[in-house]
Amino acid sequence: MAEMWLNMGPQHPMTHGLWNLRVKVDGETITEAEPVIGYLHRGWEKLTENRKFAQIIPMADRLCYGASMSWSHLYCLTMENLLEVEVPERAKYIRTIVLEAQRIGSHLMWLAALGTDLGSYTVFLYPVRERELFLDLMQNLCGARMTYNYPRIGGVRNDVPANFERDFTRVLNHFEKRLPDYEALCDQSTVFRMRMEDIGYLSAEQAKNLGVTGPNLRGSGVDYDVRRDDPYEVYDQVDWKVCVEKTCDAYARYRVKMDEMRESCNIIRQCIKKMPKGAIRVKAPRTAPRGKTAWAHVEDPRGEGFMYVIGNGDDQPYRLKVRSPIFVTVSAAPAMLVGYKVADVPAIMGSVDMCLGETDR
Amino acid sequence: MSEVRKMQQRIGLAPGGKTGDVLAQEIIQRFPQGVTVTKATLNRFYAQVDKGMLLKLANFMKEHQDFEHVTSVGGVDWLAEKKMQVVYHITSYANKVTAELVVDLPRDKPEVDSITPLWGGANWHERETWDMFGIVFIGHPKLERLLNPDGTEVFPFRKDFVSGRRV
Repeated sequence: MAEMWLNMGPQHPMTHGLWNLRVKVDGETITEAEPVIGYLHRGWEKLTENRKFAQIIPMADRLCYGASMSWSHLYCLTMENLLEVEVPERAKYIRTIVLEAQRIGSHLMWLAALGTDLGSYTVFLYPVRERELFLDLMQNLCGARMTYNYPRIGGVRNDVPANFERDFTRVLNHFEKRLPDYEALCDQSTVFRMRMEDIGYLSAEQAKNLGVTGPNLRGSGVDYDVRRDDPYEVYDQVDWKVCVEKTCDAYARYRVKMDEMRESCNIIRQCIKKMPKGAIRVKAPRTAPRGKTAWAHVEDPRGEGFMYVIGNGDDQPYRLKVRSPIFVTVSAAPAMLVGYKVADVPAIMGSVDMCLGETDR
Repeated sequence: MSEVRKMQQRIGLAPGGKTGDVLAQEIIQRFPQGVTVTKATLNRFYAQVDKGMLLKLANFMKEHQDFEHVTSVGGVDWLAEKKMQVVYHITSYANKVTAELVVDLPRDKPEVDSITPLWGGANWHERETWDMFGIVFIGHPKLERLLNPDGTEVFPFRKDFVSGRRV
């Protein structure tokens, strides 16, 4: 049979955002794949070159609306390296707590999206319901549901509200009771297992070489997590484990994200217990010397986020480079797709957790 | 306990793992010319690399020092200095070290060897850098527009491109 190119996107239920997956099919089998991105490109890196340091924080929130806290935090971390600011201990703990809450929220949104991809509306509704609790916690903390504008260069914007610890503990208690339900909904569903197991194989060698990071890398059996292996904030002061799965398929990537949510609860509980009193913010210099460079990388919910900044002698950056985890992971999509059927594409790409805001920047 | 040992314990370094300053020393010995290590700490090192030496150094780092992962490749346009830079960040999972390599290029002819044949993860980074800065990566499998639409005739991240201009 003659092969043909098939466009899945830019408007396709599978895409979660605006991108195009061109697949070459022989009958139903994929023989070649080519992701096409750029529909959401807004020149973010160029825009920052005309903004003051503090003005870039809310912009960094917009890189990914699903995990905006981790992006504005990454920007602040990079600027702290550039301006040589040491963040107070309490601020570090608060940041760790909100980052992990953000990770749970982001993973829940991914699970909801995966549910609709695979035709289970219950798996969509339940996680979205629980995600709302985490959004409420964030709203209590900083007034916004999704784009928080909360971290600052040198600390965080405001201290935690009254009853912060009580509310967090209540939500975590509730959430940890619900989590086995989601797992039962997915793991005990024959349809879910049939569609996720043994597809989208990505070997450890391939994953490392193609630059795949985060839960997708750990789903391929590589034991690496920036939080443990290059610690920032207070991840080296709490006791937690890195979740790794060895089966390298879409189901492994799903398992890693589910386990990570449980670990995030664990980290938050320890941080709340250990959080010291004290200042939440120090004053940072307003200008950076021309030509001075700094970078930082963090474990975003989707992989390794990275920023590289160059000072310009004034209060604007000369250049700010962003590495988005999904930008690289989607370039590795052909390695996961070739050899499987067209009907497997939503499950494979769903297991990756796409976010186009950060991909196109 | 030495500072090194503390750090190793803190980040759980594998017993056989090497620290950043050891790796930097190896590179200085292997490449007496063409590579200048500017700074080396326990889990980072920074180097200025000549254009011609990049591929040799990258090969050495991949084959002998377990650098498996390209974190980032990015361009910088130094308009006043009349040069372009390509900045590589390469990570070793085994040693838990990240290296920053900086390559200077003349602004009127920005060309450098591609590292995509070594690390597939550099593919789209290099393609994006070409798309935005017009830096040519020799040996790249598919140097085409990525984020900008096909047929764009400008390189928007260059400093002489005025934002807000109609193209």
